[in-house]
Amino acid sequence: MVRIRISPDQIDPAALLSRVRSDADGAVLLFVGTVRNHNEGRSVEHLEYEAYAEMAERELAEIAAEAAERWEVGDVAVEHRTGLLRIGEASVAIAVASPHREAAYAASRYIIEELKKRVPIWKREGYSDGRSEWVRGCAHGPAEEPAGAERDNG
Amino acid sequence: MKVQVLLFAAFREMTGAETLSADLPPASTARDLISHLRTEMGHSRIPPAPAVAVNARHAPLDTPLSDGDEVALIPPVAGG
Repeated sequence: MVRIRISPDQIDPAALLSRVRSDADGAVLLFVGTVRNHNEGRSVEHLEYEAYAEMAERELAEIAAEAAERWEVGDVAVEHRTGLLRIGEASVAIAVASPHREAAYAASRYIIEELKKRVPIWKREGYSDGRSEWVRGCAHGPAEEPAGAERDNG
Repeated sequence: MKVQVLLFAAFREMTGAETLSADLPPASTARDLISHLRTEMGHSRIPPAPAVAVNARHAPLDTPLSDGDEVALIPPVAGG
């Protein structure tokens, strides 16, 4: 089962982990992306995320389904926050359960890399000097993805 | 025909609008819509060939549009 959520609510990584775990899985892997205090040499104070929620949820569900086709995984849960986030807060979390760790690592990596390329979410960085800018993102559409993207991730 | 345009992030700020309504000739494509927004509607800061989604799915610019379609202009994405 795949559970996707785009929401302004705080992410609870422990809840995500327990949601995907099952007795058939020997590995449960959690990736948490957090807001860091610097980017490209500038001091960052906060991030503001915006999403096209309906499309973002659909794209994430497709990405999770692609991961499940490529690797042996059990349940997958992905959450992404929107709105204003302070330093250290979780912006994204991906939990993958699998009978084996190799599949869990590969699937988790695939999901975060594809999320960054394809999912309609944007972030504005707020700097210590009071300015803010939209982060220069990835313009690649799905048609430009390399085939076998998992090989590019190592 | 009328289509609803959704604008996000930098594109929302460029146009000062979250949504726009565009009146297009029949058989217009997403590319025609962009051109209409940039010229007739005066939103010249929108780039000439942005990524678009039609009814919440990625779509090429030559996609033909239908009355009532929802077309999102997608700035380069930066999730994570």
